Amino acid sequence: MTGEREGPAARPRLAVLYNPKLRGIFYQLVLLAIMVWLGIEFALNAKTNLQAQKIATGFGFLDNTAGFGVNQSLIAYQESDTYGRVFFVGLLNTLVVSAFGIALATAIGFLVGVARLSNNWLIARLAGVYVEVIRNLPLLFQILFWYLAVLGALPAPRNAISVLDGVFLSNRGIAVPRPLFGEGSGLVLAAFAAGIVVTLMLRFWAQARQEKTGQQFPLGCAAAGLILGLPLLVMIAAGFPIGFELPQLRGFNFVGGVTMIPEFTALLIALSTYTAAFIAEIVRSGIQAVSRGQTEAAYSLGLKPGRTMSMVVIPQAMRVIIPPLTSQYLNLTKNSSLAVGIGYPDLFAVFAGTTLNQTGQAIEILAVTMAVYLVISLITSALMNWYNSRLQLVER
Amino acid sequence: MTGTTQTAYVAPAITAPLPPPIAVGGPVGWVRGNLLNSWSNAIVTIVSLYLIWAVAVPLINFLIIDAVWDGAGRADCLPEKVGHSVGACWPFIGAKFSQLVYGFYPWNLHWRVDLTFALGAVLLVPLMIPRAPLKMLNSILFFGVFPIVAFFLLVGGSFGLEHVETRSWGGLLVTLVVAVTGIVVSLPLGILLALGRRSHMPAVQGMCVIFIEFWRGVPLITVLFFATYMLPLFLPNTWTIDALLRVLVGVALFSAAYMAEVVRGGLQAIPRGQFEAASALGLGYWKTMGLIVLPQALRLVIPGIVNNFIGLFKDTTLVLIVSIFDFLGQMRAAFADPNWSTPVTLYTGFAFCGIVYFVFCFSMSRYSLFVERRLNTSHR
Amino acid sequence: MHTTKNETAVEIVAMNKWYGQFHVLRDINLKVGRGERIVICGPSGSGKSTLIRCINRLEEHQKGKIIVDGTELTNDLKKIDEIRSDVGMVFQHFNLFPHLTVLENCTLAPIWVRKMPKKDAEEVARKYLERVRIPEQAMKYPGQLSGGQQQRVAIARALCMEPKIMLFDEPTSALDPEMVKEVLDTMVTLALDGMTMLCVTHEMGFARQVANRVVFMDVGQIVEANEPKEFFAHPQHERTKLFLSQILH
Ligand SMILES: Nc1ncnc2c1ncn2[C@@H]1O[C@H](COP(=O)(O)OP(=O)(O)OP(=O)(O)O)[C@@H](O)[C@H]1O
Ligand SMILES: [Mg+2]
Repeated sequence: MTGEREGPAARPRLAVLYNPKLRGIFYQLVLLAIMVWLGIEFALNAKTNLQAQKIATGFGFLDNTAGFGVNQSLIAYQESDTYGRVFFVGLLNTLVVSAFGIALATAIGFLVGVARLSNNWLIARLAGVYVEVIRNLPLLFQILFWYLAVLGALPAPRNAISVLDGVFLSNRGIAVPRPLFGEGSGLVLAAFAAGIVVTLMLRFWAQARQEKTGQQFPLGCAAAGLILGLPLLVMIAAGFPIGFELPQLRGFNFVGGVTMIPEFTALLIALSTYTAAFIAEIVRSGIQAVSRGQTEAAYSLGLKPGRTMSMVVIPQAMRVIIPPLTSQYLNLTKNSSLAVGIGYPDLFAVFAGTTLNQTGQAIEILAVTMAVYLVISLITSALMNWYNSRLQLVER
Repeated sequence: MTGTTQTAYVAPAITAPLPPPIAVGGPVGWVRGNLLNSWSNAIVTIVSLYLIWAVAVPLINFLIIDAVWDGAGRADCLPEKVGHSVGACWPFIGAKFSQLVYGFYPWNLHWRVDLTFALGAVLLVPLMIPRAPLKMLNSILFFGVFPIVAFFLLVGGSFGLEHVETRSWGGLLVTLVVAVTGIVVSLPLGILLALGRRSHMPAVQGMCVIFIEFWRGVPLITVLFFATYMLPLFLPNTWTIDALLRVLVGVALFSAAYMAEVVRGGLQAIPRGQFEAASALGLGYWKTMGLIVLPQALRLVIPGIVNNFIGLFKDTTLVLIVSIFDFLGQMRAAFADPNWSTPVTLYTGFAFCGIVYFVFCFSMSRYSLFVERRLNTSHR
Repeated sequence: MHTTKNETAVEIVAMNKWYGQFHVLRDINLKVGRGERIVICGPSGSGKSTLIRCINRLEEHQKGKIIVDGTELTNDLKKIDEIRSDVGMVFQHFNLFPHLTVLENCTLAPIWVRKMPKKDAEEVARKYLERVRIPEQAMKYPGQLSGGQQQRVAIARALCMEPKIMLFDEPTSALDPEMVKEVLDTMVTLALDGMTMLCVTHEMGFARQVANRVVFMDVGQIVEANEPKEFFAHPQHERTKLFLSQILH
C-alpha cells in the first residue's frame, strides 16, 4: 500500500515497516493476540457446552464416592471410597509398575547391550536379534501378547505350574511367598542396617588407608559378608524369626503369599523387555563411544581388565549413556499408561478411564492426569540438566 | 654396538606371505576364535545354541510344519480333525484378511482403498531412492497433492464417489491413514516449531518451547483422550467432528512436537557460516531458511524422520483404546468370532500381526540406517 | 620383578603374526639390549605398529617367541600384567583419560597397579610432570591442553610406572609442526638418561641424534637394520633407498 504514494510521507512509514525490531514486536503481539483470542473462545465454548450437556465443573467430584472396585491397590481401598482416593490408588499403581519396570529394564538392557559387544559371535547375534525383534513390534501388541497369549494360557489355579512349591503360575496371576516377621525379626533388620553402616565406614577407612599406605582392601567381599552374612548369623542366633507364608490353593484361588495379578505381570514384562531393547542400544553405543585406545592405554599401564572397565571405560561410557537412559525411563513411565489396554488399574486407567467415564468431567480429569505426567517429566529433565552440566567433559 | 647390530635378523629377500597356521584361519579357526576362545565362552555358546533350538524349533513347527493351510471354519483347525497337534490356523487369517486390511469399508468400494495405496506407493518409492530425480516435485506431490487426492478417494461424497463413513474404516487402512497423516502434517508443523524455538523473539520462542515440551511430556494415550473427549468441548457445539479426525488432530500435534526436536537437531548441525554467507548475499530470514538452511538440515534428519515414522506407526495401535479399530484392533475383534474359536486362533492372530508389524518397521529401520550411512560417507 | 641381571631387554625370535588370512609380520627377529634405542621406520601398512604392540601384548602373535625382560609372552595373564607394568607405551593419539585430571591420569596406575599410597604416587607424578616441563598443568583436564602438552602428559603417565622399556608409536605424527619439537625434546632427554626405547617414527633428525640402530620394515619384514649414520649414508636395499628419497625431502 505504500507503493502507491511516492510522496515524502512514505519514507518514515517504510522505515517503521522494515525495522526488524519493531517488526518482531509486531509479530509477537499478533501471535499473543491470537492465543488470547483462542483461549477466550475455548473457554466460552467450553462453558456453553458443559451447561448444555449438564456436566459439573470444578474439583468437587474428588470427594464423591467412586463406587467401583480396583483389582490392585497398595493402600486400603473399597468401593465406597472417594474419587480422590482412587486417584492416589492409580498414581501408586503407576509408580509401582514403573519402578519395577525401570529396575528390570535396566538389568536386561545392560545385559543385552554388553552381550551385543561380546567376542562370542553367537551371543552377540542373539542379542542383536532380541533388540531388532522387540524394537520393531508395537508395545501395545506386546502387552496384549503377554496378557492374552502367554499369561492367559496358563492353567487354572487348580493345575497351577509350581516352581519349587513356593511360586505358583496360574491364569489368576503369580503367587509368591510373603515374608512373615515374627518376634526378634527386628534384630535381623537391625543387623542388616548395621551391616550397611559398617560397610560405608569400612569404605572410608579403606580409602584413607589406601591413600596412606597404598594397601588395598577387598571391599566387595567384606560388604557381602557384612550386609548378607551378619543378618544371616543373627537370624540363626535368634532362631529364624523371619519365615515365609507360602501361597496355598483354597477352592478356586490361592490364599496366603502375595499374588501378582496377571495385568501387572503382563504390563511389567512387556514394559521392561521393550524398554530393555532400547537401553541395550544405548549401552552398546555408550561403550563403543569409548575409543579402543582408552582400553589399550589402560592395559599398557598394566591395569587389569576389570579395573580398566571400572575406572576407565564405565565412567566415560556413563556420560554418554545416562541422558538417553533417563529419557527411556521417562518413556517407560509414560508407556505404563497403556495399562488401560488390559485393565491394570494405573493412574490413567482408573482416573482418565473409569472416573472420566462416570463423571464426564473431561477437562479437569485430563488436565490433572496430564499434569502428573508433565511434572514427572519436568522434574526428571531438570535433574538431567543439572547432572549434565556437572559431568560435561572439560574441553578447550 | 657392532655386536648388537649382528643380532637383528634382516630378511635376505622379500618372502611370500604364508597362510596362517590352521588354528587361525579357516572355519576351524573361526569357530575357535569366535565361539570357543575360553571356557566361559564355550559355555555361553552352548547355552545360546540351546536357546536358539528351544525357540526356533517350536516356532517353525507352529508357523509351517504343523500349520493348517486351508479350511473353511474352526473345525478344520481342531486337533481332532487334523489328527496331530495344530500349529497356526492360516485359514483364519484368510477369512479375516479383508477385515484386517479394510475394516468394514464397503466391499464394492475396496478399489478406492487399493488405488490410494498404489498411488502412495508409486509416489513414495522414488522419494525413498536417493538417486531418483525430481525430488522437489516428488515431495510436493507426496506431501501436498497425495493427501488431498487420498482424502477425496477414501471419504468420497464428491466427484460422483459414494460417501464412506470413517466409522466403517478399519484395519491396515486406519493404521496407514493415521501414521501417514501424522507424518505429513507434523513435518511442516514441526519445521515451524523448530524454527520458532530457535527464534530470537521471546514470545515466539517461549510459546514453541511450551508447546513442544508439553506434548513430549505426556503419554500419547492422554493426547488421544484429550482429542476425543476434551477437544469437542472447546469447539462451538455446532461443529461435529468425526472421531477419526479428532484422533488425527491429536496424533498430528503430538508428533509435531517430536518432529520439531528432530528438525532442531538438523538445524543445529548447520554451521553458522551458512547463515552468515546467506545474509551476506542479502537473503532475508525466510529465504535464508527456505533456500539455504532447511534443504541441508532436512537432508541430515531424514533418518530421524523415518525413525519418527516408525514410532508413529507403532503408536497407531493406541487408537484401539479410543475405539477406532486399526490393524491390531481388528485382529483383536476377530479373536472374538465364534466361527473361528479354536485353541490356536489367538496365536495365529498374534503371529500374523507380529510378522506384518515387524516387516513394516524393520524394513523402515533398515532404510533409515541406509540413509544414515550414505549421509555419513557423503559428508566426509 | 626379575632379579636376573639380563643384558637383553627385548628378544624377538622368528615371530609371525596373522590378521585372519593376512600375514602381517613375517619371521621377525630382533634383539634389543638394555639401554639401547631403536628407531623403526617403513612405509605405511608395513606392520610397525603391529610389531610394537606385540611387545606389550596389545596384539597376540601366533608363531615364534617374544621375550621381554627375561619373561616370555604367553597366555599367562599374570605375566602379561607384569610385563605391561614394566613396559611403558606412548600412542600416536595420546589416549589420555579425558575424565581424569592430568595428575589423576598419572597416578591411576601407580595407585592401582604398584599399590602406592596416593601421596607418594602424586609426588612421583609431579616429578615426572616437572621432567616433561608441564608441572603447572597438573590439575587441568586433558581436553584443556594443547596436543604437544597432551603427548608430554602421556609420556609422563607412562614414566610414572618407572618402566624399564618405553615403546613409542608415532608419538609426533598427530601433532602440529610447532609442537613436534617439544615432544621430541622430551624424548631426547629420556634417551640421554639411558632409557631403553623402541620408537616408531619418521622423525629422521631424532633417529640421527639418539638412535643406536634404525630398523626399516616393509611388508611385515625387517628389510634393513643399521647404525643411523650407515643407514642414511649407504642404504643397502632398493626399498630403503626409495623410502628415504621420499621422506628426506
Ligand atoms: N585389527 C586389524 N585387523 C586386520 N588387519 C589389520 C588390523 N590392524 C592392522 N591391520 C593391517 O595390518 C597391516 C599393518 O598395520 P600397521 O598398523 O602395523 O601398519 P603401520 O606400519 O603401523 O602403518 P602406519 O605407518 O600407517 O601406522 C596393515 O595392512 C593393516 O591394514
Ligand atoms: Mg601405525
